[in-house]
Amino acid sequence: MTQRATASGGWLGPYVIAYLVFLYLPVALIVLFSFNDAVQAAFPLKGFTLSWYEALLANETLRGALMNSVGIGLTVSLVATVCGVTISYLEIHGRSRFATLVSAVARLPLLIPGVVIGIALLILVNLSGLGPSRLSIVIGHVLVALPATVIVLRGRFQAIPRSIAEAAEDLGAHDGVVFRRVMLPLALPAVASAAMLAFLTSFDEFIVAFFLAGTEPTLPLYIWSQLRFPKSLPMVMALGSAILAFSILLAGAAEVLRRHSPGRGPA
Amino acid sequence: MPVESGSARRSVAAPWMFQAAMGLPGAFVTLVFILFALALVLFLALRGNDGSLLGQGFTLANFEALVTDPLYAMVMARSLVIAGIVTLATVVTAYPVAWYLAFHAGRRRSLILFLVTLPFWTSYLLRVFAWRIILAYNGVLNSALIGLGIIDQPLTLFINSPAAVVITLAHAYAPFAILPIYVALEAIPPSLKEAAADLGAKPFATFRRVILPLSMPGVMAGAVVVFVPTVGDYVTPALVGGPASTMIGSLIQSSFGKANDWPFGAALAVAVMAVILLVGLVTRSVNRRAGGIA
Repeated sequence: MTQRATASGGWLGPYVIAYLVFLYLPVALIVLFSFNDAVQAAFPLKGFTLSWYEALLANETLRGALMNSVGIGLTVSLVATVCGVTISYLEIHGRSRFATLVSAVARLPLLIPGVVIGIALLILVNLSGLGPSRLSIVIGHVLVALPATVIVLRGRFQAIPRSIAEAAEDLGAHDGVVFRRVMLPLALPAVASAAMLAFLTSFDEFIVAFFLAGTEPTLPLYIWSQLRFPKSLPMVMALGSAILAFSILLAGAAEVLRRHSPGRGPA
Repeated sequence: MPVESGSARRSVAAPWMFQAAMGLPGAFVTLVFILFALALVLFLALRGNDGSLLGQGFTLANFEALVTDPLYAMVMARSLVIAGIVTLATVVTAYPVAWYLAFHAGRRRSLILFLVTLPFWTSYLLRVFAWRIILAYNGVLNSALIGLGIIDQPLTLFINSPAAVVITLAHAYAPFAILPIYVALEAIPPSLKEAAADLGAKPFATFRRVILPLSMPGVMAGAVVVFVPTVGDYVTPALVGGPASTMIGSLIQSSFGKANDWPFGAALAVAVMAVILLVGLVTRSVNRRAGGIA
């Protein structure tokens, strides 16, 4: 695979570097100003401070929002992964027209802007009496995360040779056993990717959650509420930097794990 | 083959139960939360606003207002233009990066893939907000320009303009287009490039006649994942766009918020979905025709 990669890409190398600079420059500014000893994010810099990070640690509302986001994210991750596994497995192995239809509808939210998903579910949860709440946000985020989980898992189930399932059937395993003992273990790396993807999608999601939130905000909703107050901006930037640092650590750890795990699958 | 009667009965019942248990979560989520919820939007769009949850009576007044008041046509057109420019810009700028990843990155590939996907892990709100810091009246760009002696008064032309919305959205959704294009380019066998070269095609001709058409599914997938969320975005217009950049998502949001006219907001949502469907059908047919010629 790597053999056909050539050392020189001509102008492409510098272009990719410029692209990455464009991608990271605004983010880098947030990190820079989170250490700046001034409320206003402008040059010249006023001096180094950690006070915005101290304010972050002391903030109770923020901690509540963080716990909310983590709880919602974990629930969404579980539900979206279970739905993704069952939907894609039935589509690939169930051979029924209904399973194909369900899988197509599950990927539909990819074509619906978040604002439409948000209002559609707002009408639904109000009609059902559930109302805006954490559970409503979970439902919204499951819809947003579902297309990605189905696409990832479908690709994985498709890549497993049919002969493996047929061999298990010939040896007397019925459907449930084939799924639980053969196909699911083979798809496990993809299941893990899907679960992580769903968690991240939920953790960062704002547009849908905005419509469905009750009295307890998620982290993005808390950030949104603080963006109106110029005085709390440095703290919000410190929060953004902390999330970024945590993400880099997590993404880096996932990458290291992926490289060192034996028999890694195309996930 | 001797089969114990108990397990034989189970193997008759099991497939049905297994299918049902496996099918239930997906069927419930897709039928109730997707199809029924969307049907509710369509239903509400045909109702009159009386302040109640589902409105009253049946009427086409919401759609009439949409069609007759030029304001809505303008906002819709603006949303389409902004989302169109953003989609074009992200796809065109992402293509060379995907190309580099697929054909030239070598050992650096996983590092660059990592760097390109990392912004997925950072807060979307903060990526948008970063541009507000940069473009604001007392912001980074103005203060830097003053510091460098290029201007002496802060300029007002950066923030609160449709251009600010375009650049912010293009930045926020930039990495989304790279992965699908990269996957499509990766899948093209190198032998096709070599065959084109052997037949005397210059590199650009190989690109235009062989690689580009084969990577079109990836380009289209990338365009969809950028276009759909940008056309309905209401965060970016609110943070950097100002009143001159109101988009259709902003109108839907305020219909369900301050304006409190849910049926009209539902009609706007139906209009957005219709426009997305239309854009999708048009690009698909154009794509097919182009693919047929190439």
